[in-house]
Amino acid sequence: MQAPFKQLFPSRSAWLMLALVACTLGQAQAAGPTSASAPLSEQERALHVLNRLAYGPRPGDLEQVERMGVKRYIDQQLHPERIPLPDDLQARLAALPGLQMTPAQLFVDYGPPSFDRSASKEEQQAARQRAPRELTPQFHMARLLQASESPRQLEEVMTEFWANHFNVFEGKEWVRYWVGDYEKNAIRPYALGNFRDLLGAVAHHPAMLYYLDNWLSSGAGTPGARGRFKGLNENYARELMELHTLGVNGGYQQADVITLARILSGWTIDVDAMKAGASPFRFAAQRHDNGPKIFLGKPLQASGYQEGEAALDILANHPSTARFISTQLVEYFVADQPDPALVNKLAQKFLASHGDIRAVLQTLFDSPQFWARSNYQTQFKTPYQFVVSALRAGDIPVRNAKPVNGELGQFGMPLYGWLTPEGYKYSQAAWLNPGALLRRINLAGNLASGKSPIARVEGAPAPSNTEAPPLDAAALLRTLGPAITPATAAQINAALENQRAGLILGSPDFMKR
Amino acid sequence: MNRRHFLRYLGAAGSGAILVPIGLSGCAVVPTGDQTISRSNHTPGKVAYGSPAPRAHAQGDGAPRMVVVFLRGAVDGLNVVVPHGDPLYYQARPTIAVARPGQANGALDLTGYFGLHPALQPLMPYWESGQLAFVHASGSPDGSRSHFEAQDYMETGTPGQHSTRDGWLNRVMDYLPPAESPLQAINVGSATPRILSGHNVAANLQTGRDATRPSMIDQPRWSQVFDPLYGGDDALGKAYRDGMAARKQLMAEINSQEQQMANNGAPLPNGLSMDTARLGRLMRHDPRIRLAFLAVGGWDTHIGQGNGTGQLAGRLSPLATGLATLARELGPAFNDTVIVVMSEFGRTFKENGNGGTDHGHGNAMWLMGGNLRGGKIYGQWPGLNQTALNEGRDLAITTDFRAVLCALSERHMRISDQALEKIFPQYAGGSKGMPDLFI
Repeated sequence: MQAPFKQLFPSRSAWLMLALVACTLGQAQAAGPTSASAPLSEQERALHVLNRLAYGPRPGDLEQVERMGVKRYIDQQLHPERIPLPDDLQARLAALPGLQMTPAQLFVDYGPPSFDRSASKEEQQAARQRAPRELTPQFHMARLLQASESPRQLEEVMTEFWANHFNVFEGKEWVRYWVGDYEKNAIRPYALGNFRDLLGAVAHHPAMLYYLDNWLSSGAGTPGARGRFKGLNENYARELMELHTLGVNGGYQQADVITLARILSGWTIDVDAMKAGASPFRFAAQRHDNGPKIFLGKPLQASGYQEGEAALDILANHPSTARFISTQLVEYFVADQPDPALVNKLAQKFLASHGDIRAVLQTLFDSPQFWARSNYQTQFKTPYQFVVSALRAGDIPVRNAKPVNGELGQFGMPLYGWLTPEGYKYSQAAWLNPGALLRRINLAGNLASGKSPIARVEGAPAPSNTEAPPLDAAALLRTLGPAITPATAAQINAALENQRAGLILGSPDFMKR
Repeated sequence: MNRRHFLRYLGAAGSGAILVPIGLSGCAVVPTGDQTISRSNHTPGKVAYGSPAPRAHAQGDGAPRMVVVFLRGAVDGLNVVVPHGDPLYYQARPTIAVARPGQANGALDLTGYFGLHPALQPLMPYWESGQLAFVHASGSPDGSRSHFEAQDYMETGTPGQHSTRDGWLNRVMDYLPPAESPLQAINVGSATPRILSGHNVAANLQTGRDATRPSMIDQPRWSQVFDPLYGGDDALGKAYRDGMAARKQLMAEINSQEQQMANNGAPLPNGLSMDTARLGRLMRHDPRIRLAFLAVGGWDTHIGQGNGTGQLAGRLSPLATGLATLARELGPAFNDTVIVVMSEFGRTFKENGNGGTDHGHGNAMWLMGGNLRGGKIYGQWPGLNQTALNEGRDLAITTDFRAVLCALSERHMRISDQALEKIFPQYAGGSKGMPDLFI
């Protein structure tokens, strides 16, 4: 061992210097505020909850959370119904007509019933373009407005989490009409509620029934099995277990997939009912497989529609589901590599509380792992987290959702834009690559300029410098507090005044949460 | 046998199942050397696949390159490589069939049975010189008719499996010689497509005039202040420096070339050709760039697709010019390059009620390259009669697209058998059954 070192450091003085340097480093680490085991300061704790329970601080948030105390902030966020929505935000959401329509109205007004087959080709194409042109920007706007401005931040974070967990793809024909309603009525109301209720709302929603094809599925040989409803479709049944509940190694077999598909045969979308203005979900008894079934090793009593509800009960309360959901929550809120002890603790809470999401999150936020310095400012933001946190930090209002989704698309994370049912990943490995990092930096510069098209209504002329001044770097540093380390802040303050805001939002410190 | 006899033979065979009896095993079945005959000595069948004059291997700089061109939206392969020798083709497509060779806007004859869409005229010189080939009735074995899903499968290289996150072209980079350059792979466009997603670095070359416009971080006044922020040894610092190195090299090369162009007084070509000219020049001058990808959209011709003229012709024409421009600008590096053109699936055999075609199955893959054994149609032609069609409505698939990509990866990019299993997992076929596509 010693010989090579002697070759590298032939003189005694070199050894001495090395020893001195090592000593100094060791002391600095032990005494400094960034010691790996030092507890977070109150300001760091405030930043931590704003980064994890929210999409980062807006101006004044850090001070407010410090004032009210982190514990009270968490408690408040776990009860969004106690936090009033600002009038302005409510008014802007109410001004999105596509968000006020029922799934049936959306289908009739924008879907196939609105396509006139006797019209010219151009008119038919124009009719098909109405949903992507008119509805999609409204749905995107609703999501972005709430993510960036709603004081119920944890509700928004969990809405994103569950919408991604129960991913649907807006590019799959009819799903486009319904993603707004899906999020508004099947996801957000249950985001902090009971998992079984959430699972049920998703299972009945036409966006999911359509996306994973269950609406087409019919029991083999049933009277209603004909035409496009001619056979059993396992798509939803498989993903319901693999991705929504048990997880891929959750202890089910291919036979269970088929059984679950038979259980759910007949859960469909009723096009005629929608044309009459009624709710789209229907249990089509004439397409349901009434044969005897054994699901996950247990016989299931033949009871038509109720079989599906019973299967959802079993899945929602299954230990594998508790473990799978807990793992994903720890990945989202704590670290890319989930601590098994914390996963265990959450899974137990999940089972004991019968899927009470609020209780599971409370356990997570009370855990030492959540507060460990080794998990502070360590998660690489997803593109969505990066964009929304930059809008919040700079207090940039979203007046045009299209350039936001355009940027998200360039990063590979467009809203409702992941084709396949497993949704987006949250890890650094999934999102950190050289091209994307430079793109973040360029976007930071654009947002800092004050001239971003995001902040003006589509078609409005570019504002002058006085109308839209560049972001104020000093204010940004105040807003972000300890998110920008003193070393980084010093480097930034050495740059030209008009570059500082871009440097803050483009800094490695701001890429993390 | 004279030409008339030959055509009659083909007509009879065309209404049967298999036009040309070529019995090789595996998923890719092709004419072998002893079955290939010269143009002057027609024997039934074999000629349908083409029989180029032999030629010698042409030297390049020895660094193999591959360009993948993806036609998003499912191009109508039966109107690209037209089976004009089969009357069933004309029966199925009364208004959109490409006319027989010699007729107005007719196909450009390739083999006596197959012809090229007339809008692809700019590619004919490459066919004549044996540098253009097609693999007909090829595609993805997965039956999806969803554009998004089928594209996804073709880009991940794992049909039927949703969970694959990286693209096969990114996985190819794992097995190239160690990167001496941050510019090993180039994507033409701004968003990294699935095919190039993964842990290896691909640089984006903006399209059109944006390519030469520096982004904020390209400007020294900004890079000077960002460089020290990203000076650390962590993953972010490393990613930043990799990205900056790639950007600097790319911008320097583009600008020096655009400058040269301006000096020569040459106008910038428009549209696709502007991008392919730029890409070709970049790859010609920098042998470290091994892979490139570009996507071209607008092929989803459900309504009014036209025949020898019209909508599809209007799309094929700039594509052909763009590909010919790419080949020309590659210069001597064309001898080291293979260009593969693919699309997520083909279109229905019969035309629909709107003078268009719907989502189908089998398609043709296009191959171009200086040392390609071209002037041939590869693959096994399944025929067009009702029983030969996939689900009674589309051209069947007799060659898995991965067999072609394996052959290109192995024999052109010099990637080992074991590596192919990593690039195309769950595909046991490898390049077995594929003929030697190169001279």
